[in-house]
Amino acid sequence: MGAHNEVSRAVLEVSNLTVHYGKVEALSNASIKVGEGQIVTVIGPNGAGKTTMLSAVMGMLASKGQVGFDGQIEGVPEVERMVARGMNLVPEKRELFGEMSVEDNLVLGAFQRYRMGKRDHGDTMEEVYALFPRLKERRAQLAGTLSGGERQMLAVGRALMAKPKLLMLDEPSLGLAPLIVREIFRIISELRRRGVSILLVEQNARAALQVADYAYVLETGAIAMEGPAHMLADDPRVIEAYLGLGGKHQDMLAG
Amino acid sequence: MDFQIALILGQDGITNGAIYALLALALVLVFAVTRVIFIPQGEFVAYGALTLAMVGNGVLPATVWLLLGAGVVVAVLDGMAALRAGQSKRLIAIMAVNLAYPLALLGLLKAMPLAELALALQVLVALLIVVPLGPMMYRIVYQPIAEAPVLVLLIVSVAAHLAMVGLGLLFFGAEGYRTPAFSDARFEVGPMTVTGQTVWVVMSSLVLIVALALFFGRTIYGKALRATAINRNGARLMGISPALAGKLTFFLAALIGTLSGVLISPITTIYYDSGFLIGLKGFVAAIIGGLASYPIAAGGAILVGLLEAFSSFWASAYKEVIVFTLIIPVLVWRSLTSHHMEEEE
Ligand SMILES: Nc1ncnc2c1ncn2[C@@H]1O[C@H](COP(=O)(O)OP(=O)(O)OP(=O)(O)O)[C@@H](O)[C@H]1O
Ligand SMILES: [Mg+2]
Repeated sequence: MGAHNEVSRAVLEVSNLTVHYGKVEALSNASIKVGEGQIVTVIGPNGAGKTTMLSAVMGMLASKGQVGFDGQIEGVPEVERMVARGMNLVPEKRELFGEMSVEDNLVLGAFQRYRMGKRDHGDTMEEVYALFPRLKERRAQLAGTLSGGERQMLAVGRALMAKPKLLMLDEPSLGLAPLIVREIFRIISELRRRGVSILLVEQNARAALQVADYAYVLETGAIAMEGPAHMLADDPRVIEAYLGLGGKHQDMLAG
Repeated sequence: MDFQIALILGQDGITNGAIYALLALALVLVFAVTRVIFIPQGEFVAYGALTLAMVGNGVLPATVWLLLGAGVVVAVLDGMAALRAGQSKRLIAIMAVNLAYPLALLGLLKAMPLAELALALQVLVALLIVVPLGPMMYRIVYQPIAEAPVLVLLIVSVAAHLAMVGLGLLFFGAEGYRTPAFSDARFEVGPMTVTGQTVWVVMSSLVLIVALALFFGRTIYGKALRATAINRNGARLMGISPALAGKLTFFLAALIGTLSGVLISPITTIYYDSGFLIGLKGFVAAIIGGLASYPIAAGGAILVGLLEAFSSFWASAYKEVIVFTLIIPVLVWRSLTSHHMEEEE
């Protein structure tokens, strides 16, 4: 396609990122870019390497290549440093603190800010509660006892407590009922309105392409296609592989 | 055995049990956060007690040289890491904590008439010397292998324990010491005489336990340690680095160990190698709590203390054997009642 994500200022610029699990190469020379205030989505089939890519960018996995974040290049990103610099990941497995209350989970989301002397987590928490009133109702409940949807909300809310510049979401709609999926995507657009740049990995390609500005298709560890989201949504290959025949297939499944 | 003797033994048991409870809490904490079975916990008890004894005798405690040596090693390790990461600004803080602090302390100790200080100040000196050894030990010994399997960490713990005992012999000699009691008061409670030191031990333990509970329940750093124990990856994603959690945990463990040593040394004569048996009894209590439950571990510690006191009356030669045999029924009971948990990676 030869397209490029033309942005005036890139928050995230990943070039030639390669990740190995032992001898197996799970990600090969992937390059992506997220502009300031953009929602960029990465779609692709199961096992394509989407989660691997996010983990490597965050520094949870060893990688080769370059990760430029907020104008500074990291050879090998280190998690705590990336968090301190304003990057945040809502991982596929959520990694909540199950035996702690919802509120404690949220407070810990602001740990790095607190450490740097920014003690405003009380206000941030109110903002998060305003976004997810359900979490406020459940503030004293243990995170491990939340429903799947509430857990998702808590994972996103916890990440927001860090006031990230870049929020990376790994399948935020995983296992959610359609109504809640719509709610989650509404919140994603709302976050962009507030100036958070978002890198979104999704199985739900239709919804992701609708909300995103720019999109990448990842297949077997390599970027296969990229382009403005609305153009990819109309691309016959994408429709065939990820959207189904004009959406009828998915609508049928949705019943 | 009449009622009078039972009361005395019960008092002994609870006093020692309170110390074991503190050590058990430290062991559970260290294991939960770092997966290290902290065998050198007992050495901090001995180092604390003997450092206090040396200060009381007006001798410059040799542990301050260990502090200086460990500080140099940490400064080199952290300094090189900071330079490699291009964070040369951190060098000043690293030097201040690891070099300037031990040197300043050394100068201060040389200038002060140690033996004439009030007991409370002598205790403070012992804490200032011994407690920083905890986080330094984490940095030097455990941080480089933080991701290793539990068994490797255990073997390293055994090595660290042996090294500390050897150094203890070098620093303090083979002689045992007893430090003066915090208080010579005696209270008549019904038919029983309670010594001031017993009250000190039990009250200090309670205060420390409450303080720890508040720390873990109320403060963000305490919550961060719990979070690391619950989900390491989740904690890292919040910017809580395992290294920070490890150092903080070892600071607390060293603080608890040193305080225990200071509390117990007026009751029992402490030798350079006494820490191991004391720590091991805390360990039995921690095992009763499955290395996971703080309240059960604390209860177990009181049980261990009482068992020890009463068996020293009935079968004094076998008192250690009886205490450590307790571990067998406990393990059987635990393996029957709980599902075996696979070691998490
Ligand atoms: N720890 C690991 N060790 C070995 N192989 C791994 C490991 N983690 C992932 N893989 C493999 O790497 C490939 C990419 O996995 P990844 O989780 O990144 O896929 P994904 O695109 O996120 O898929 P999904 O949409 O199902 O979440 C898969 O083939 C997976 O089996
Ligand atoms: Mg995935």
